[in-house]
Amino acid sequence: MNKWTRRSFIAAGLTVGGGLIVGVAIRPGNRSRKLAPLVAGDGETLVHTWVKLDADNVVTAIVPHAEMGQGAGTALAQMLADELDADWALVRYEEAPATSEFANSPLGKGMLLAGVDIPEIVVPTVDGFLLHTAKALDLQITGGSLSVRTTGVYGMRVAGAAVKAMLREAAAEAWQVPVDEVVARKSHLVHEASGRREPYAAYARAASRMTPPASPKLKTPDEFEIIGRHVERLDIPAKVDGSALFAIDVRLPGMLYATVRRAPTFGGGIATLDDGRARAIPGVVDVVRLPASQARALVGSFEAAESVAVVAEGFWAAKQGLDALEIAWRITGHETVSSDAIFEQFDRDIDAGIDREADVSEGDVEAAMARAALVLKSDYRVPYLAHTCMEPMNATARVEDGRCEVWVGCQSPLPFRQAIADALGFEAEDVTVHNCFMGGGFGRRARADFAIQAAQLAAHVGRPVQLIWTREEDVRQDFYRPAISSRFRAALDADGHLIAWENTYVDKHEPAEAPLIPYAVPARDIGHVASPTHVPFGAWRSVDHSQHGFFTESFFDEVAAAAGQDPYAYRAARLTHKPRHLAVLRTAAEAADWGRPLPKGRGRGISLQESFGTLVAQVVEVTVSGGRIQVDRVVAAVDPGIAVSPDGLSAQIESGIVYGLTAALYGEITIENGAVAQSNFNDYPALRMSAAPQIEVHIIRSGHAIGGAGEPGTPGIAPALANAIYDATGSRIRRLPFSPANLERFDELRPPA
Amino acid sequence: MAVLTVNGVTREVDVDPATPLLWVLRERLALTGTKFGCGIAQCGACTVRLNGQAIRSCVTPLAAVDGQSIQTIEGLAPGDGERHPLQAAWIAHQVPQCGYCQSGQLMSAAALLAGNPDPSDTDIDRAMEGNICRCGMYGRIKAAIKTAALAQAGGATKDGGGR
Repeated sequence: MNKWTRRSFIAAGLTVGGGLIVGVAIRPGNRSRKLAPLVAGDGETLVHTWVKLDADNVVTAIVPHAEMGQGAGTALAQMLADELDADWALVRYEEAPATSEFANSPLGKGMLLAGVDIPEIVVPTVDGFLLHTAKALDLQITGGSLSVRTTGVYGMRVAGAAVKAMLREAAAEAWQVPVDEVVARKSHLVHEASGRREPYAAYARAASRMTPPASPKLKTPDEFEIIGRHVERLDIPAKVDGSALFAIDVRLPGMLYATVRRAPTFGGGIATLDDGRARAIPGVVDVVRLPASQARALVGSFEAAESVAVVAEGFWAAKQGLDALEIAWRITGHETVSSDAIFEQFDRDIDAGIDREADVSEGDVEAAMARAALVLKSDYRVPYLAHTCMEPMNATARVEDGRCEVWVGCQSPLPFRQAIADALGFEAEDVTVHNCFMGGGFGRRARADFAIQAAQLAAHVGRPVQLIWTREEDVRQDFYRPAISSRFRAALDADGHLIAWENTYVDKHEPAEAPLIPYAVPARDIGHVASPTHVPFGAWRSVDHSQHGFFTESFFDEVAAAAGQDPYAYRAARLTHKPRHLAVLRTAAEAADWGRPLPKGRGRGISLQESFGTLVAQVVEVTVSGGRIQVDRVVAAVDPGIAVSPDGLSAQIESGIVYGLTAALYGEITIENGAVAQSNFNDYPALRMSAAPQIEVHIIRSGHAIGGAGEPGTPGIAPALANAIYDATGSRIRRLPFSPANLERFDELRPPA
Repeated sequence: MAVLTVNGVTREVDVDPATPLLWVLRERLALTGTKFGCGIAQCGACTVRLNGQAIRSCVTPLAAVDGQSIQTIEGLAPGDGERHPLQAAWIAHQVPQCGYCQSGQLMSAAALLAGNPDPSDTDIDRAMEGNICRCGMYGRIKAAIKTAALAQAGGATKDGGGR
């Protein structure tokens, strides 16, 4: 199976790029003429790869990211508009087309070169190298909370500043005045001395013929006017009147509908198929067996088994047809695998410690354990999780005259294009991907399995097909957040000081730093062992932080409790070397009135997690009564460095918290007979309004490098809640979810004696 | 042949009467604002109003609504270029993220306000409990409903209630 591996991307990027670049200076000039036919409409001038201007002086940011709810388009447009000194009322954005010419080289630059000073003279060469690399890698992905901190920083701001410089130069030339005297202000060029004032649009054409400066002068944060300001998201009006176009809303002439099923036991195929009853259902057009598929992209690679689809005049008939199929699945050998067996395997592999690889090994842990006054041991585990995006997986395809068009909502349009082309035996150039709004992504929509099925169906029936997965298929054929077991030992001296931290867990993915803790401890040994299963897995909002945030921040709380100390004070005392972390922790604690006594049955818990460049501390207040958990309040303090879109950031943190809370309270995909036991929201529930806590988000603007927003809210909620439940009841929960079943099984929620 | 009044317009539909209203709206009447989310009345993405009441169209057979009045998200605004107070409040509170559940959320909220112009927190929880938002915008939805209730009390707009 595959991993969400930024690291392997970087390694491969260097190899591929290295092969291209040896001895060659790649210096892109102005690419606008070549790109304009791809994006410029009537009356629009493409001034720069990422910037269009139209006759009405409207600026359009061309954003190489997909919209799955995170609001990146608006934030990226803000970054571009600020550097461009554009009038925000005249700013729009659109998603870049899925062609390699719009491969996201700024994303590569952010990932590869963050914090690296590049000498001015080689900046164009480096940018050219990155463009080639980005094209070779089909780099057009949305994930890793990366959009603002890479594309925004290395792409949109630079593009905005470059276009401003070009426009000023064009005006200076036309007006025969020194360029220093031409000022850009609210989408106009102004020459104070002569009183001349013209809209940007007047010089768009002249500017589009210039070579953009590779490293134009950028604003300092005190000069920001649009970055950091509350603006309304540009995509929201269409989302309140039903007009926003999701892939499932695409309608093509002559289009058929389809739905599909794969073997419930992963890797299984079809042994026998009787489709007689299905074909007899009015409206059913065809029953089609679809071959197994795979993608080898660096991000979003997968293998998926064969499937069977019913194609009909409408979804309802297709669904009736699917239910009428009589299918015998091929035996895979995984039919006896259960969640219990998987967790037993994890425990065995941790016990055996074979080929254990250290993430961090510092100081002498064994010596510290030997001289400790107290050694604390705990085992933690979390289950598999599905993504359950609100919009079930779907794609619409048309295959005609050796060309394929696919309408889909996906996180990586270029890798989707390649995967679809490979599956059909087409060249990538003969496949067009129209990316639509996503009804949630969370990592699931980085894998093209469902889009390939739609393309295969359209090719087979010779008419456009909209394939819609049932929710049951969505729950049972996901690429799951991996289940993990994690074992801890901590050594405390007689004064309660933490002197050693040891942690061994199964299955390392990304980001590499997820299991690390920020607290000062003289000896640390954190490592992992492999323990593969047959369950397909993939990135899930916050990736490995979603598991390790719960593990480490819960166990650290256990250490504080064993030391007999307040969990906030104990953390703070071990963060004196990390003032930024300490400030975030303190902000959350103070905003939540940490230390104010709570009535019996209520508790308060705290957590701190750095992820994707952003620090988040959370304080949870919980009421526990009669085995029922009610999360009353969550106070989050967030340091993203610079908050580009403060309300958007806040919304993302709120969203990340609720997503993590759903997982903490209910989320459990169990494996029975090698297959997923759950099927829909009735047995894989999501948080509903009555259970949703009041959430307060406090933003700290530390001025550090911009961090991510989409994911950092998620990891800290489960541990803060577990710690709050401990505070309320004295019971320590080491397995998620905190579902009634789990609580009963572990008898965790008795009130303290 | 079933005859419906959808957003004030009479529509004739000739499909299997067991077909859920959701697919009739989306595939036959080109009203794609109403969404498919689960197919078993668990998520609320398919919520529309039947004679003013919020229903889950994914489990409502066409035969059950023959001759009756349906309002979908496309018919929520009082007129062209206008917004229902809920839609205005949704924007003011920046409610949607991915936006996929919002048609259903808005229709549930519209049904609530039509019958209860000044809902309490508990009233709102109860009315909105059937609508899942995987982006987790419950706090903003609740705040927006209260804002819309205030705006409506000010007589801003009359809710047609699907009639």
